[in-house]
Amino acid sequence: MDRVSLRATARIVADADGGLPLLVSDGPLALRRTRAAGPYTRVTVVGAMSAPLGGDRLAVETEVRDGARLLVDSAAATLALPGRSAEPAAYDVRITVGEEGVLRWLPEQLVSVQGSDLRMRTVVELAPTARLVLREEQILGRHGEPPGTLVTRLTVRRAGRPLLDQELAFGPGASGGWDGGAVLGGHRATGQLLVVEPGFAEKPVEPRLLGENGAVSPLAGPAALVSVVAPDALAVRRLLDAALAELAPF
Amino acid sequence: MTSRSALLVLADGRFPAGGHAHSGGAEAAVRAGRVKDAAGLESFCRGRLHTTGLTSAALAAAAAYGLDPAALDAAADARTPSPALRAVARRLGRQLMRAARATWPSPRLDALAAMYPRGAHQPVVLGTTALAAGLDAEDAAYCVAYETVGGPATAVVRLLGLDPYQATAVLARLVPEMDQVAERAAAAARQGIDALPAASAPLLDLTAEQHAAWPVRLFAS
Repeated sequence: MDRVSLRATARIVADADGGLPLLVSDGPLALRRTRAAGPYTRVTVVGAMSAPLGGDRLAVETEVRDGARLLVDSAAATLALPGRSAEPAAYDVRITVGEEGVLRWLPEQLVSVQGSDLRMRTVVELAPTARLVLREEQILGRHGEPPGTLVTRLTVRRAGRPLLDQELAFGPGASGGWDGGAVLGGHRATGQLLVVEPGFAEKPVEPRLLGENGAVSPLAGPAALVSVVAPDALAVRRLLDAALAELAPF
Repeated sequence: MTSRSALLVLADGRFPAGGHAHSGGAEAAVRAGRVKDAAGLESFCRGRLHTTGLTSAALAAAAAYGLDPAALDAAADARTPSPALRAVARRLGRQLMRAARATWPSPRLDALAAMYPRGAHQPVVLGTTALAAGLDAEDAAYCVAYETVGGPATAVVRLLGLDPYQATAVLARLVPEMDQVAERAAAAARQGIDALPAASAPLLDLTAEQHAAWPVRLFAS
């Protein structure tokens, strides 16, 4: 890895009229407006493949204004790679969704490559009438490879109150027991799909199991979390996709 | 320094707070073949300690530190995506509340009980109980850290017929990490509610939902 560590912040602002008053790429975080998906303005993150490396500090800031509908996806999986720096890499995702706004945040997997060390932080602020679909998938190592260190935290607040706060820590730099029977039990892929829909307040989602590897859980607010722990990325995606179609028809 | 004897009374497994009926996820882990022996128990307990153990210990420490219990209860909800585990946390909170009010009567406990008639999250009740017993935030964190591993260890003795000496040796090997987790939890609580950890364990969440659906089980969770 022959480059110095870098700092980059990409920015997206979406308006109710379908426009993107701000779409700023930075360094390895290249953003493209891509073909719209139904009523959604669509932004695709391309070229995050070479990052983040150890020492990098990357951020993506997204503002979905009142009434806007935005879909964000990515062209490829993100690989956390070892860098020259002994410092961990940081990847911060900051999202706000305004009243009646809708965000579908559906990036590809995050792969923790052997020797890498990444701290990923996602903070979401939702207005009371905002809707959200957010997917995260953590793949521990490329095929047959032991993982790097990966710490991801997802904090979601709705109407100023905490809705979901969850940190996962895996790999050689994590605290002990991460691969034991309480945490991963030898699995190498995990995934979460969060659906926040104010309508769930009247019609709550029923808890149910997705076979041996997953569960749909209604949260304490109008939201449901689909959690999957599986042997590989494909199994995770299959379960999350099935749940996505059912829970978030919007 | 706070009263060591009060801490022993609160941390004792014989304190009538209902914890003995719960395995802390160990019953599901045994059934799935993830805990088969002392080594499996140790790695299960270590993982639980550093995830939900740390998170719960910090919530308890924050309550003992006097932070707003309603905000802490909401923080606990957000950190407990499994509805089965939220129900267990509130049931255990209610049971602990009953024992605590009889043991260390206090207006704080009364107020918390009035606010959550169906039970606040157990760590929030535990922290408030510690305060009523004259204990501090660190004591509350130690109490939770110990309970996080003590519960599954006792359960696995019953579930697997594991030698109780071996189970106790597992606990002894985890002592340095229990200390570390309790110190971290108390330090986080001192920085306020936004600094509280949210370490979580995917399999504990998932298997709690599976376990809740079993028709017959030895432990309530």
